[in-house]
Amino acid sequence: MSDTRHLYVHLPFCAHRCGYCDFVTVVGKNDQHRVYVDALLRELELERASLAPELETIFLGGGTPTFTALPELVRLLEALPRAAEVTSEANPETVTPELARALKDAGVTRVSLGAQTFRPELLRVLERVAGPDDVRRAVHHLRDAGFDNISLDLIYGIPGQSPSDLSADLDDALALEPEHLSCYELEAKPGTRFTHAWAEELGRQADAMEDYFERVVATLTGAGYRWYETANFCRADADRDLRSRHNLAYWLGRDYLGIGIGAVTTIDGLRRRNSPKLGRYLEALAAGRTPERELEPLDDDVRARERVMLGLRLDEPLPLAGLRHALDPAGLARVEKLGLAEESGDTLTLTERGRFLGGGVTVELLA
Amino acid sequence: MDQSKIRNFSIIAHIDHGKSTLADRILEVTDTVAERDMRAQLLDSMDLERERGITIKAQAVRVAWKGYELNLIDTPGHVDFTYEVSRSLQACEGALLVVDAAQGIEAQTLANAYLAIENGLEIVPVVNKIDLPSADPEGASQEVADLLGDDPAKVVRISAKTGLNVSDVLDAIVERVPAPAGDPDAPPRALVFDSAYDQYRGVLAFVRVIDGSFSRREELQTMATGTRFDAEELGFFSPTMTPVESLSAGEVGYVVTGLKDVSRLRVGDTITSVARRASEPLPGYKEVKPMVFAGLYPTDSEQYPELRDALERLKLNDGALLYEPEVSKALGFGFRCGFLGLLHMEIVRERLEREFDLDLLVTAPTVAYRVQERNDTEWAELHNPADFPREFEAVEEPYVKASIIVPKEYVGAVMELNNERRGTFDHMEYLSPERVHLMYDLPLGEIVLDYYDQLKSRTRGYASFDYDLAGFKPGKLVRVDVLVGGEMVDALSLIIHRDFAYERGKLLVEKLREEIPRQMFDVPIQAAIGSRVIARETVKARRKDVLAKCYGGDISRKRKLLEKQKKGKKRMKQVGGVEVPQEAFLAVLSIGQGQKTS
Repeated sequence: MSDTRHLYVHLPFCAHRCGYCDFVTVVGKNDQHRVYVDALLRELELERASLAPELETIFLGGGTPTFTALPELVRLLEALPRAAEVTSEANPETVTPELARALKDAGVTRVSLGAQTFRPELLRVLERVAGPDDVRRAVHHLRDAGFDNISLDLIYGIPGQSPSDLSADLDDALALEPEHLSCYELEAKPGTRFTHAWAEELGRQADAMEDYFERVVATLTGAGYRWYETANFCRADADRDLRSRHNLAYWLGRDYLGIGIGAVTTIDGLRRRNSPKLGRYLEALAAGRTPERELEPLDDDVRARERVMLGLRLDEPLPLAGLRHALDPAGLARVEKLGLAEESGDTLTLTERGRFLGGGVTVELLA
Repeated sequence: MDQSKIRNFSIIAHIDHGKSTLADRILEVTDTVAERDMRAQLLDSMDLERERGITIKAQAVRVAWKGYELNLIDTPGHVDFTYEVSRSLQACEGALLVVDAAQGIEAQTLANAYLAIENGLEIVPVVNKIDLPSADPEGASQEVADLLGDDPAKVVRISAKTGLNVSDVLDAIVERVPAPAGDPDAPPRALVFDSAYDQYRGVLAFVRVIDGSFSRREELQTMATGTRFDAEELGFFSPTMTPVESLSAGEVGYVVTGLKDVSRLRVGDTITSVARRASEPLPGYKEVKPMVFAGLYPTDSEQYPELRDALERLKLNDGALLYEPEVSKALGFGFRCGFLGLLHMEIVRERLEREFDLDLLVTAPTVAYRVQERNDTEWAELHNPADFPREFEAVEEPYVKASIIVPKEYVGAVMELNNERRGTFDHMEYLSPERVHLMYDLPLGEIVLDYYDQLKSRTRGYASFDYDLAGFKPGKLVRVDVLVGGEMVDALSLIIHRDFAYERGKLLVEKLREEIPRQMFDVPIQAAIGSRVIARETVKARRKDVLAKCYGGDISRKRKLLEKQKKGKKRMKQVGGVEVPQEAFLAVLSIGQGQKTS
């Protein structure tokens, strides 16, 4: 099969590992950027057969893709296939006028900036390198370079955060007029240093999450943004669909290829996860072998359940054709009775309250 | 064996003060068990006992020491088994009172020590763990001596762990504990102080022969219950089963009865010979009746047949356990079970979960009530609040004579607790300048709430508590029902004294509000007497329940998370579409703190 139209590229290098981060990252191996890009391109070669000739989307995630040595990043981008949407994640402090231009010239169409918060003391709690002004500067540099599709990431539920801090963050983000916003609640992984250090405060923040989530949705929809996915918002321009096309592919259950350490691929009912170990990844690809992977076959049932789970995150109706066997009719009746979802024709649409309870609704619905 | 060469004794010790270690060491010092065969803490045969540090079933082991036959009779250590303890002590002439040299006497040891003194036993005081750096052998010896009105010099100071002076303990037993006094020529009488069930040999009786002697193959009979059986085998444990041809006055041993049901051979009963029947049974036999009841339900309803089989098998070994099938609208098919007390209930539940691998939901315990329905003169005994009629002529509840021993500074706290629990003060005496013995009449229904926990926490763990059932008394009781999401939850109904109904109903719904997780809709929780709602709380609907983010790398993990939630949801008991966790069914236990409102 060779019709996978979505490519994810993992660039793990970071200047510093933030306390709350649970992504696959690599700190302090700055001499390895070149060999890593070599390895990525080899892996891409090995997987080329599964890709369609024309891609819809490419997403460079990290790590901090823009922390990668610029010549290597450019070399990578230029070697990647063409795609209609090419997104790169970026940390604000890495975005110089030079980098912005280089990304633009290398075909990047969309930049997702990890702002997280505009409060200096909360940035410190998160151990972020950037300050609030770095975010503003980065946006201006990107605009100057001609980017017309910028996304900002915000995090709420940060130890020490107050509701007014969150409101101020939302206002500061909106002032930059981003095309897209992702707002996540802080997920502190149990057992980590961060979780241990902030245990009590994280408990307090957990109690406030309901308010935060409502505040985020109310503020952003009030400012004219479309709440198109549980944690994602885009400006509702009449002439452009500003949703993240790459991420939509995940939520619509499409196949995607992921390359790089820790990257996940789902193609033809098989999910595989590359080993997160940098050394062994480099070694394997230097020898022309595919990297070590965990394999997870997805049968029809599992795929249907994933379609329900992911589809219900979106603001568009979920087509139920082919998914019925994964649904519990009693659960469906219950969520309808509770005014959380409406079935019409062969689609299911969550009500506004249903979207706030999407996880619970999914649990009810699954057979 | 010459009766004058026999010594029968038991060991009284607080949990962790070294009873089992001392027993092990005695077996070693007397060469009953070679050191290399020694399994640590041999006497505690069940895993459960080993973990809880308590002994449920008494056993007896015979050892030889300097020409004497010594029988060590093990005793259970908890208030639920006071009757069993008293029977074990009745089988002895002496007891070792073992006290930790670092901890001194602990309150819980006292009840059994007094029980031993009441039974006329010679007490041999032992201070253990003198090898510990924190040990205060002098202080502990003085304390024990004061308690017994003895000379501190008579306290044997040992380390059971290292074996130091353990032989002195054995010498003291020989010197101080009197030989058994029974009449070897009288018609035979033996006290049953424990029983056990073996799947191949049937019921085994642990006995102390008081008078006369018993022979193998002789036809025997219990005097209280009238059960007849043949003595298929007689013997003693040393530490394994050692068959003998006869057991005679003063001796301790076992009888293999071939009976298939332990309930036919009651602890405390007297065994005699059919051919040479004794005229009088030994004193003190009581029929032990369960007074504490709870519903046991399989969490997974498909485990119901397994639960029934497991209860059948437990019953073989536990004559005091009662069970009858019960159907709850909220919980499905289960059993109403009767227990001697709360610990007995806890042990049964743990054995069911551990030995039979069952996942159980246990409702809050309640007691037996006697009810006379409207226009009826018959009394009916009810074991489930949900069976309680809304209207009745009269109702009675079980009372106990409660005995509490406590350091004097806690007397006020205990009195306050007992007043809150509808107790009636009986009397109080000073056991020493420091220690006070309080006697109260208390409704058993108040004790099955969190009485132990409260007593313990209000006396910093120093109170020792014991009770005897004291019959039924009329009570101003009402049935309080709980409605969750508008539906009555039969398993949450409870019987409360009228004066407490409002306060406790309020506490109960508050507690349930904490225990019932927020759902996708508002859940009203109400307490009602008949159709009159006396308290109401609402579990507010959740306003957010989403997975923070979900991209290509997260999908498997997030899907598994939801699948796990779904599984958990299926296991959770549903009442009117509301998931009610197991803890909620025990919420009623913590409402005892409620003050009387009138």
